[in-house]
Amino acid sequence: MEFTEPALEYAEIWPLIVVFGVACLGILAEAFLPRGRRHVVQVALAAVGLLVALVGTVLVGTNLDEVADGEARGLIGGAGSVVVDGPTVFIWALVLVASLMGVALFAERRLEAGVSAFSGQAAALPGSDAERKAQGLDHTEVYPLLMFAVGGMLLFPASGDLLTMFVALEVLSLPLYLLTGLARRRRLLSQEAALKYFLLGAFSSGFFLYGMALVYGYAGSMDLGAIDAAVRNDAANSVMLQIGLGLLLVGLLFKVGAVPFQAWTPDVYQGAPTAVTAFMSAGTKIAAFGALLRLLYVGFGADRWTWQPVMWVVAILTMLVGVVLAVVQTDVKRMLAYSAVAHTGFLLTGVLGVQASGELAEGQVTSLQAVMFYLATYSFATIGAFAIVSLVRDSSGEATAFDRWAGLGKRSPLVAAAFAFFLLSMAGIPLTAGFVGKWAVFTVAMSAGAWPVVVVAIASSIFAVYFYVRHIRLMFFDVPEADAEVASVTAPSLLTSGTIAVGVLGTLVLGLVPGPLLQLAADAGQFIR
Amino acid sequence: MDDFPILSVLVALPLVGALVVPFLKGALAKQAGIGVSVATLALAVVVAAQYELDGGMQLTETYDWIPAFGVHFALGVDGLGLLMVLLTALLVPVVLLASWRETETAVDGNEQGSPTAFVAWTLALESLSLAVFLATDVFLFYLVFEATLIPAYFLIGGFGRVGRSAAALKFLMFQLAGGLILLIGVIGLYVVSAQAGSPSYLLSDLMALDIETEAGRWLFVTFFIAFAIKAPLFPVHTWLADTTGKATPGTSVLLVCVLDKIGTFGMLRFCLGIFPEASQWATPLVIVLALVSIVYGAFVAIGQDDVMRLIGLTSLSHFGFIVLGIFVFSTQGGTGSILYMVNHGLGTAALFLVAGYLVSRRGTASIRELGGQEKVTPVLAGLLLVAGLATLGLPGLSPFISEFLVIIAAFQYAWYVGAVAVTGIVLAAIYVLWMYQRTMTGPTADVVTRDQDLGVREIAAVAPLVAALVFFGFYPIPLMDAADPYVGDLLSHVGITDDPPEVTAPAAAETAEEGEY
Repeated sequence: MEFTEPALEYAEIWPLIVVFGVACLGILAEAFLPRGRRHVVQVALAAVGLLVALVGTVLVGTNLDEVADGEARGLIGGAGSVVVDGPTVFIWALVLVASLMGVALFAERRLEAGVSAFSGQAAALPGSDAERKAQGLDHTEVYPLLMFAVGGMLLFPASGDLLTMFVALEVLSLPLYLLTGLARRRRLLSQEAALKYFLLGAFSSGFFLYGMALVYGYAGSMDLGAIDAAVRNDAANSVMLQIGLGLLLVGLLFKVGAVPFQAWTPDVYQGAPTAVTAFMSAGTKIAAFGALLRLLYVGFGADRWTWQPVMWVVAILTMLVGVVLAVVQTDVKRMLAYSAVAHTGFLLTGVLGVQASGELAEGQVTSLQAVMFYLATYSFATIGAFAIVSLVRDSSGEATAFDRWAGLGKRSPLVAAAFAFFLLSMAGIPLTAGFVGKWAVFTVAMSAGAWPVVVVAIASSIFAVYFYVRHIRLMFFDVPEADAEVASVTAPSLLTSGTIAVGVLGTLVLGLVPGPLLQLAADAGQFIR
Repeated sequence: MDDFPILSVLVALPLVGALVVPFLKGALAKQAGIGVSVATLALAVVVAAQYELDGGMQLTETYDWIPAFGVHFALGVDGLGLLMVLLTALLVPVVLLASWRETETAVDGNEQGSPTAFVAWTLALESLSLAVFLATDVFLFYLVFEATLIPAYFLIGGFGRVGRSAAALKFLMFQLAGGLILLIGVIGLYVVSAQAGSPSYLLSDLMALDIETEAGRWLFVTFFIAFAIKAPLFPVHTWLADTTGKATPGTSVLLVCVLDKIGTFGMLRFCLGIFPEASQWATPLVIVLALVSIVYGAFVAIGQDDVMRLIGLTSLSHFGFIVLGIFVFSTQGGTGSILYMVNHGLGTAALFLVAGYLVSRRGTASIRELGGQEKVTPVLAGLLLVAGLATLGLPGLSPFISEFLVIIAAFQYAWYVGAVAVTGIVLAAIYVLWMYQRTMTGPTADVVTRDQDLGVREIAAVAPLVAALVFFGFYPIPLMDAADPYVGDLLSHVGITDDPPEVTAPAAAETAEEGEY
């Protein structure tokens, strides 16, 4: 048997290579640099690496060749395993922007009096002498971990076959499991969250793997294009296909936090260091939705009558469970976690709104365009909101209980106003980005005839408005009880305040002039099969 | 001068004011607020001067905004829009002047928000409301329609009596629920217009659209529910009295006299404009709801002990009249409704503000505890009486004319509809006069002293309203000139011509008589 050397399309996939390369460099730096220098070097490496990758992504995006009569742009590279097309590039850019904001939050050291928010020595038992000794230490392994996670996030939506998708899934998940357990304060909560996330995540990966095997059994290939061809030719034994697809969906829906696989979300969001929560909530969601879209639209696009009803049910349940449980929360991070679940439902509403391009009018919004735009709006709001959560503190660190937030609007009007703005965007109030995003996903679902889902989505939005506005009321109009301890805002360095500013600006601009980004998402075209 | 985007400037001016005012302190902020709102009023008058009375959309501006959604930044003014713009522009300076001290005094020992915030939110509300009345793109309309709720929420939640933050939440929940139902309709319109070829939200494109009957009816329902909550109409009115009971009088004026008009404005422009068939299909139910609102609103108002709640509930009755006039589909009804919208704005604003003066003097809004004001504060009592008489439709004051037109139209539609509507007038006399009797006449309480009569600022704030009430009571022609062409266009779009006067004489006699002429 002759061995042919695979040819890699370096010109298109180099942003991916940069991110992985910088992650490896980070490990070397961690091993060889003296402790005192590591923080600066690691932050610089990560930030520069991400920036270069972002610039690269933009360059790659502008130079993609048109294929399929201009309906799509890009190529299938890496011997069929990496697809660099318009949607890939768009999602890469989103992931990289979210990661840059994440790095800025990771590097914040002013809030904890000169050290980062990560545990000095994660292996030390909580309450032990070893932990006390490690208290002044700074954990810098988080940056290579972040870079690996980003690498996985970039590869995940670009995977051309199921095997690559699985590898990317693991590469993005494993660092996140670790990062979740690294909180400096509330160690036990953080470790518990990491363990839960790991166990459930490993379990769902197993489902994904089993699904892959069944689909391979059906189609005779891992390749998404080949699976699509098999589905179109209606090969025998479609039961195997359906079970396989179901199991694949379990793995992906777990990652996006859809009902009934949402149980990990509140615990992990609450237990993880807030900077990690911010990065993860945006990054994972972008990447996982990218992968979900590619799997469903490319691999199983011809079989959409099978999966669309499933998605109807999942979307409806996700929205309802998300908003109903969010209403009864008394902790900001948990409330935002359940709101993230609800947003997953709204995004799924967009996903199930797919129509063949022939069914759409000239210039009508496509589901891909809508979902990608929603991901952008959601990322800015969620990262900004968690960044603000990290500022609101009392004597024991971050104060996430609702009663601590009472009257914050009087003590720190600017921060409270920014938080209120993010909440309004998540609630989908007009003149914020969230509204335009919601409009887009609801519209594509309505066009595809999924009006029951849209009606449920609207009903959930009403619930959602209630808990968002209740929090605004808490901040601005409620007066804290006389002897209760209240949280105040700790002045952050430029890193966090800059991130919040970017979030506010993004939410505002996308709310007022969403045209250019929508056009960009439209120009990205379709997935390449 | 022709290309000058005067409507955009009209919308932008108060918005700029709202952004600048937070950087000013104390009295300067209030002065700046009044300055900006008076300038806006002047600009609105210029718009009115440029408006030609032959109807249609005028001074239009259209810019592409979100091409992917077929959304335009499109403004234009027609007869209806012009009257609403003038009403809004007049009421805002009045409210700011009347609320000059509102934010300084704690009510019920309850701390108030800063006066700067009050001015800024009021100006923001004005800008968004003007945009609502000028928007000729449904998406733009929806955006500003929803966005008005944010300043309104902060105005209710930040200023007023104890329990206001709960009232603000209730207000917002009701309004946003309506708004989200409307969102279904707005999205549906996009789908319908995309199926027809190219997605566009321009009002003119949508009006030309041939919407399938069933789809049209569903979309109509979403629009109507949203506007019924806004107006409000029975049975979705419950937020109204809670809100006006807790908010400051100034805020109540902005809510009831400006924001609520968006409800009936929307029914005219969007329900009738885009869904003429469905509007006629829904008429029987809408008329029943309107009649229930008229009678029920009046009865509930009679039973109130809180002055501010009472005035809020009178509006329920009045909005019943407006909706009734819109949905009987005749020239008298349509013109009457539009006039009613203006006159209700003037009369109810005066009533709210004067009652607010009274409440702030006595520290209570409970009618039972008030009384005997007449002898010691005659100016206050007199103004309350004038505003009250306007509300109950006394001839010589402008609301009479509009109420009269609506009732004529109701009788033309069906005698029993007219008969029920007429009871509204009787009940209005009860709630206004009884309220006046219990608050102003009777033994004077010791706490009331002669120096508590209205000051110059307070009188100056209400004077324009009273002047307008009297002026349009005797000379309503300017209002009719603006409303009539609009109503004519609308009814011909809906496909209705007024019935010719019925001749009851036998046919033979008729021809014989004709010969004699």
